[in-house]
Amino acid sequence: MANPILTARGLTKRYGKVTALDNCDFDLYPGEILAVIGDNGAGKSTLIKALCGAVVPDDGEIRLDGQPVHFTNPMQARAAGIETVYQNLALSPALSIADNMFMGREIRKPGIMGSMFRMLDRKAMEKVARDKLSELGLMTIQNIGQAVETLSGGQRQGVAVARAAAFGSKVVIMDEPTAALGVKESRRVLELILDVKKRGLPIILISHNMPHVFEVADRIHIHRLGKRLCVIDPKDYTMSDAVAFMTGAKVPEHVIA
Amino acid sequence: MSQPQEFEKVLGQSATTVAQFEEQKSGLRKLQHFLHSNPAAVPMIVLLALIVIFGIARGERFFSAYTLTLIMQQVAVVGILAAGQTLVVLTAGIDLSIGVLMVFAFVIMGNFVLAYEMPAMVAILAGFLIAGGGGALNGYLVSRLKLPPFIVTLGTWNIIMAICLIYSENATLREADLTAITPLLHIFGISFKVGPAVVTLGVVAMLILYVGLWYMLNYTAFGRHIYAVGDDPDAADLAGIRTNNVLLKTYTLAGLIAGLAAWVSIGRNGSISPSTVVTDFNLQAITAAVIGGISLFGGRGSILGVLFGTLIVGVMSMGLNMLGADPQWKVLLTGILIIGAVAIDQWIRKVSG
Repeated sequence: MANPILTARGLTKRYGKVTALDNCDFDLYPGEILAVIGDNGAGKSTLIKALCGAVVPDDGEIRLDGQPVHFTNPMQARAAGIETVYQNLALSPALSIADNMFMGREIRKPGIMGSMFRMLDRKAMEKVARDKLSELGLMTIQNIGQAVETLSGGQRQGVAVARAAAFGSKVVIMDEPTAALGVKESRRVLELILDVKKRGLPIILISHNMPHVFEVADRIHIHRLGKRLCVIDPKDYTMSDAVAFMTGAKVPEHVIA
Repeated sequence: MSQPQEFEKVLGQSATTVAQFEEQKSGLRKLQHFLHSNPAAVPMIVLLALIVIFGIARGERFFSAYTLTLIMQQVAVVGILAAGQTLVVLTAGIDLSIGVLMVFAFVIMGNFVLAYEMPAMVAILAGFLIAGGGGALNGYLVSRLKLPPFIVTLGTWNIIMAICLIYSENATLREADLTAITPLLHIFGISFKVGPAVVTLGVVAMLILYVGLWYMLNYTAFGRHIYAVGDDPDAADLAGIRTNNVLLKTYTLAGLIAGLAAWVSIGRNGSISPSTVVTDFNLQAITAAVIGGISLFGGRGSILGVLFGTLIVGVMSMGLNMLGADPQWKVLLTGILIIGAVAIDQWIRKVSG
């Protein structure tokens, strides 16, 4: 197998007396979908937050493309090419779809209007936003200038995924992307995930939905008690095996890395 | 390609047409949607209605260009303060100190000229520095120390009011003494005629400020970030906005705008009296912003609405005055307008819920 694109070794994070991450390892390989599953409180969220810069680990090392990185905020991770779709989506409800997609990385008009008067290039941003949304086959959004709060849950999810897919250059992290969605919307998001994979971007997928995980994941990272218990190939194990491992009902015999 | 699960196989046959709904929109629903996308419409309608009502009641005398421009002159100072206040309120904050920052700034400007015999430009710069510095202090306390804006500015309001009175010993600086040295402090009092209308440079300054801020809020990244921070600070943070910097800059800018209000105020009033520090300029600015449709919960409203909100208060004041009504009626009506504006804001917000 090729060298991993994103690795973590010995990550530790404590909140007071609670140990959220206990000497945890992590590997993500190019072009794969790696699912991260684990019981509530196993430390999945903390692991993901450490990888996307939202949490600074107390100890341990993260490497991106073999180079050590030290993110102290999500912006640095983004600048390094790691995009995250947060569970709460991180969209501003009153602002438009285009405004949201370009939040924090707006395009300015060329020439003096942009450099002197800092004028935004609305047309360019709306065009890119529309292209990205339709490229991902996104739904029936009528007006790219409409406020996000007027969209349905599935459409909002689509906007957040499109934003990550449009700007992620190394890794896309998705935290529970189908949790709030209906059957049809979930299917669209799973197809979106596979679309993103086809374009060569590796994806970290956090989900509690076993059928979705087993359907799209290439490997499954099972998290238990603050560390990586094992990594399994979904073709070799059943969903009940995975659930047994993550709840401690069964102990995996051998561990593939 | 992914293998759909058994129950999902029927999705292949699902409808592909764009959803069409019988639009059962009543007139009221349509109005709600219209106002949702045009937040400045309510104050504009109210303003026009007031002008028509007073126009009918008082006829020619009220409807003259002279009267209407006189209103503009009267509201210029509060209008400028309201513009600064609006920026802060859009971030879901509030600036109670904006009025005393203005008063302290014009006291500084006057004293630099009279007591320290500095050139007028230096004095004006000092006034802006004081006002901007006070704004920056508010911004620092709100963004870095994470204190609630109401508490922070309640504190700085009292602190600056006291400093202003102690420093100035409550001594009024007379207009004649100031203009004997320099005309520059009173530059915004200069008026010119456009037909029958009398326009002061102060009014021009206010209008330019509003157009500038409207441009900034709608056509620059910083403007969009102000809305995003007020709308949902956590989402803005995760989306990659340095929310702390946005807050710091916004409060500082509000302070600088108070500095401009100070300069305009000298031109309007002539003399400089520190005792005006106890005037409720801060509440007048909040009133104009709220009547103008700015949501106190942040992230919603248009700066142009605030200009209308300012004018509503001015028109009401002038109209009732011309009708010979007790000035308290203006206060009473202002109160009703505030509550009405917030009620309408809540109603408009329900458009998506």
